[in-house]
Amino acid sequence: MLTLFLAWAGLQPMPAPAFENDVPLADPAMEDRARELSRLFRCLVCQNQSIFDSDAELALDLRRVVRERIAAGDSDEEVTDYLVVRYGDFVLLKPPFKPRTYLLWLGPALIVALAIIGVAVFFRRRSQVAAAPLSESEQARLAALLDDEPSS
Amino acid sequence: MLVPVRRFAYLLPVTLFLVLAGFFLRGLSLDPSEVPTALADKPMPEFDLPAVDDDTRGLATADLAGAVSFVNVFASWCLPCRAEHPLLTTLAEAGTVKLFGISYKDKPADARAWLDELGDPYERIGADLDGRIGIDLGVYGVPETFVIDRDGRIRYKHIGPITQRDLDKHLLPLIERLRQ
Repeated sequence: MLTLFLAWAGLQPMPAPAFENDVPLADPAMEDRARELSRLFRCLVCQNQSIFDSDAELALDLRRVVRERIAAGDSDEEVTDYLVVRYGDFVLLKPPFKPRTYLLWLGPALIVALAIIGVAVFFRRRSQVAAAPLSESEQARLAALLDDEPSS
Repeated sequence: MLVPVRRFAYLLPVTLFLVLAGFFLRGLSLDPSEVPTALADKPMPEFDLPAVDDDTRGLATADLAGAVSFVNVFASWCLPCRAEHPLLTTLAEAGTVKLFGISYKDKPADARAWLDELGDPYERIGADLDGRIGIDLGVYGVPETFVIDRDGRIRYKHIGPITQRDLDKHLLPLIERLRQ
């Protein structure tokens, strides 16, 4: 099934990159860095696309800024900070790990942990509830039933 | 321990439902397309924008100090800007705030025509021809309106056209607070 899907996907035309109005950096290595980096930033107009993917005017402008910063010698972190100062953490497609986002990052692990604890407690309790011994009348009835041959 | 847990276990689904419903209810009134400014309570970034044309004055950060003001980012190609224009004019004429404008990614001739048609309530207008200052301000659409206090700090950014309801509910009370 998966191979079938991959074969099908391979035949589909690739979406054209949104770069027709971009002016690439002269240095190919720098241009590669700019492109890789721009995959990490959210286009605030389309929101679920990166500025790399988006055709929006703002995305084009932001790609230009990313190139500008890289050409000016910024490290990847410095470019990221440059955009975060202006647009906030929301511009990052991958939310940073900090006190405000602890619940976001650790929440799933927390829920799994709680579920494991819950299941463990459930099974422990069940195994601890030992069957009560039969009372005398129950014993007598059991004996009667066992003695009774299935004659009918 | 076992008994009390069992006794109240039937409340668990109801509790879960109420908690989820609470979040969903909150979500109904949240608009994910509105991203609050990252510059809240920070000084306005430094800029010095040229005028749209010879009939108007340009806008620089230094012009913003001294009074509670609005910096309205607009463009002639933006329809909602047209919608909020009468309200901004009223505000400026009443002297409620000092009204400044940034003409965002617009041709000077188009901006001029727009001002001639609708009137020019702005004290000063900076022409941000390539949107570069817009990026420094974290602008991602038009219209956006920054509320600036007397010290030139950004106190709030309104995203989208300003309506009378926005004024009554948020903006006028905020201006009142900032003036004191």
